[in-house]
Amino acid sequence: MMHGNPTMAVRTPLLKVDNLVVEYPLGTRTIHAVSDVSLAIARGETLGLVGESGCGKSTLGRAVLQLRRATSGRVQFDGEELTALQGDALRRIRHRMQLIFQDPIASLNPRRRIGDIIAEPLVIAGVRDANKRQELVWEVLSAVGLDPALVVGRLPHEFSGGQCQRICIARALVLNPEFIICDEPVSALDVSIRAQILNLLEEMKQRFGLTLLFIAHDLAVVKAVSDRVAVMYLGRLCEVGPSAQLFEKPAHPYTALLIEAIPVPDPDVRPAEGVAVGEPPSPMAPPSGCRFRTRCPRADARCAAEVPELRPVAAGQYVACHYPLIAG
Amino acid sequence: MSGPALLSIEDVVVELPTPRGNLRAVDHVDLSMAAGQALGIVGESGCGKTMLSRAILQLLPKKARLSGRVMFDGQDLVRLNPEALRKLRARGIAVVFQDPMTSLNPVLTIGTQLIETLQEHLGLDAAAARRRSAELLAAVGIPAPGQRLDQYPHQLSGGMRQRVAIAIALCCEPKLLIADEPTTALDVTIQAQILDLLAREQRRRHMAMILITHDLGVVAGRTDEVAVMYAGRVVERAPTRNLFKHMQMPYTAALLAAIPKLDAAPHTPLAAIPGRPPDPTRPLKGCSFAPRCRHVGEQCLREKPALTPADNQGHCYACFHPLEIAAGVST
Repeated sequence: MMHGNPTMAVRTPLLKVDNLVVEYPLGTRTIHAVSDVSLAIARGETLGLVGESGCGKSTLGRAVLQLRRATSGRVQFDGEELTALQGDALRRIRHRMQLIFQDPIASLNPRRRIGDIIAEPLVIAGVRDANKRQELVWEVLSAVGLDPALVVGRLPHEFSGGQCQRICIARALVLNPEFIICDEPVSALDVSIRAQILNLLEEMKQRFGLTLLFIAHDLAVVKAVSDRVAVMYLGRLCEVGPSAQLFEKPAHPYTALLIEAIPVPDPDVRPAEGVAVGEPPSPMAPPSGCRFRTRCPRADARCAAEVPELRPVAAGQYVACHYPLIAG
Repeated sequence: MSGPALLSIEDVVVELPTPRGNLRAVDHVDLSMAAGQALGIVGESGCGKTMLSRAILQLLPKKARLSGRVMFDGQDLVRLNPEALRKLRARGIAVVFQDPMTSLNPVLTIGTQLIETLQEHLGLDAAAARRRSAELLAAVGIPAPGQRLDQYPHQLSGGMRQRVAIAIALCCEPKLLIADEPTTALDVTIQAQILDLLAREQRRRHMAMILITHDLGVVAGRTDEVAVMYAGRVVERAPTRNLFKHMQMPYTAALLAAIPKLDAAPHTPLAAIPGRPPDPTRPLKGCSFAPRCRHVGEQCLREKPALTPADNQGHCYACFHPLEIAAGVST
């Protein structure tokens, strides 16, 4: 066991990520998108991954699916080492993993009919019987709350953002996957539609026995659907823990800042002014030691010198901080 | 509302011709606000909140048809000539848009964009304008303002760009600032900083501000009054505290209920609003929210409810079945 790997919180992980590093070259410089991230997701669990833009959360999602190859580190899915797989073997195992994107309209081909869009994964997976494909397409469209008879012959532009996201969910479900990465699936949607889609994802998770990695920047949204939450800052994990516990007693100053910065729809709660200071530094030149130290009120010389390791601080809760808000 | 109105919108209708028919983006809206007041306009995409702000600024698309009056500081903006409007847009009304990357000119330095505005509208000479620009950047919380003046928008982060856009908007001391979803493109910690900055400058300058947003959380702590829009109409309007304490319009309540709550347990089903807003090119005969409303009655499908006072403190709602009928009696 690696010290401080939150993997140990999970008994039978469906997905296990160990010491994952993803770096992009940019001219002569390097973007440190994901730096030494380890996490695990149990079968049937939803892990929420939060962080602000540029923190590497989407890159992490893509590296898990091998859409972006990791610089180093391991990704295991159901015991199989994905980073070692190539070609057909990788394609076959990917049928068990799907992805839902942020912009539902842009992620549907505008020239293809909905029926064909949803049948495409089946064609790729080798379902040759057209009647069988149609049957599965109709089944999955009804499951996401759309009327197949009215939907299959139409084009994406005829649908609203919320309906397009239902179509994207149907496309992700049609191969009956075990694991879905939802990358900001509701950020582009209005409040009233967002709740519909979040409820639908929860319902689909139950119905199809899914395991989810739910990536979002909105903590309240993440909390609503996740069993555990991982907080990411500038390529590193700050904190991982059971969602209710993490929101009630955040251990990392960054988690606390994120919670405090959420606007509360209650006029009696005065917005706390001046809690958020500074901006995230560039991932091309991340600060030494703890990457949050440049914005952290508790930071001192040790934070600049030593990278804090993830370590247990409470039951199932891990924090990467030299001076956490709760004593471990 | 206290004091005489700085801005008063009277029976404004904005219509846009589209291939699918006439789109009524703003449907008979009346609103007014006093100097120094902060008004929140809340609604989802397509509810007409941005078109309403464009109507105030007289920045509507060319094809749009506007009727009604927009009275600002004693003048009807609808009838103002282009030259007078141009002056007014800097010194009277300024605006901050959602996306600072598209509202700033990418090929001009920050300094050029600020200095140009100051020279044009305040008649400052180059040296004075540059000095004033640096002061403004410092006032909106930009570190090393002198160096930033020579940088281009792409060299700044989203939050910094929005600060620059705010500095440009504030540079001629406007009486009214319209902030149209100023933080939607920003991360949550940066959003908090920008909202703090806007609130601070608004108070300090005793400037009126219209804060347009889809997030009830954003207006709750930072406005004096809130107007909720749905399908082109104001469906509820009240002093902010009253609105949250005595919601009358089922849409406002549903919008609030649909926001995931941080204090709710994980996996609590959310109170989603079924269906979606009506097609704006096919207006409904009755209340626009009726097809999605839990309290819908027969009258709601036949007639459009008018904006009705709930009390004598300026709380109005447009609903035949308000949530708290007693509230109107008790106050």
